[in-house]
Amino acid sequence: MITIYVNVQPKANILDPQGKTIHHALQNLGFQSIQEIRIGKRIKIIMEAASVKEATTKAQEMCEKLLINPLIEEYTLEVAS
Amino acid sequence: MIKFGVIIFPGSNCDLDALYAIGKVAKQAVIPIWHKETQIPDVDCIVLPGGFSYGDYLRPGAVASRSPVIQTIKRYAVNGGKVIGICNGFQVLVEANLLPGVLLTKQSTRFISRIVTLEVVNNQTPFSNLFQKNQLIRIPIAHKDGNYFTDPASLRMIQQNNQVVFTYQDNPNGSIENIAGLCNREKNVLGLMPHPERACESITGTSDGLLVFQSIVAACKEAK
Repeated sequence: MITIYVNVQPKANILDPQGKTIHHALQNLGFQSIQEIRIGKRIKIIMEAASVKEATTKAQEMCEKLLINPLIEEYTLEVAS
Repeated sequence: MIKFGVIIFPGSNCDLDALYAIGKVAKQAVIPIWHKETQIPDVDCIVLPGGFSYGDYLRPGAVASRSPVIQTIKRYAVNGGKVIGICNGFQVLVEANLLPGVLLTKQSTRFISRIVTLEVVNNQTPFSNLFQKNQLIRIPIAHKDGNYFTDPASLRMIQQNNQVVFTYQDNPNGSIENIAGLCNREKNVLGLMPHPERACESITGTSDGLLVFQSIVAACKEAK
């Protein structure tokens, strides 16, 4: 079994109201030094694959077909050790 | 009589409103179609209703846009079939690449449900032909993720091809160019955030939405 994490982030020019709201809430708690908060998500995929390469290719395909909307999101793949 | 089909996804919640508005108020034939169907009956127009298909998981409309029935609807649309996506249906259409762009969370993150004023900026479409150009109409919105966004190149294409059909008078969600509803280049697919099916009888506060369905009927009759 191979575990891959997909780390999803909103693209830089995309409005992230959730991030803004959390930024303000943290400021209210005294964290004045924050420049910006952007909230993404992390998707864990556990799959059967013959190699890390095969698993990565599959995960990439999943991102292209469903997991990511390239207009607003960018992602990186991370293979769990 | 013109025949409509309303697609029902798990989590759709405006499907009954659409069936009622088309069947009882506009007095046309209308049938519900379950999302697992791979064949769709012979209909003149497909309606993707509002709601929270698949709980809005991943991104609004993302899971529904990959469902079996959408593959069939894509072929139907490519062959010129008329498709109208309302609210969540609009989100499904952009996720299915039948319309350009995406619907982001509105700037204030609050869910907003009220009647808004729209301008009909293009009345040369099958969905708006009974309106006057630049007519102001009142139709309710009920959403959180209705902030229309697209990249500059695609926005230019949308404007050049007169694809914007409805704009907000008083932009409630930060939508680019005040876009409330737009169609594809061929004008046979429309997506809009406001709910015309909730505005078909005066008891709901406005009946301006009925003209959307009557426009579709007029366009279908002309095509026959």
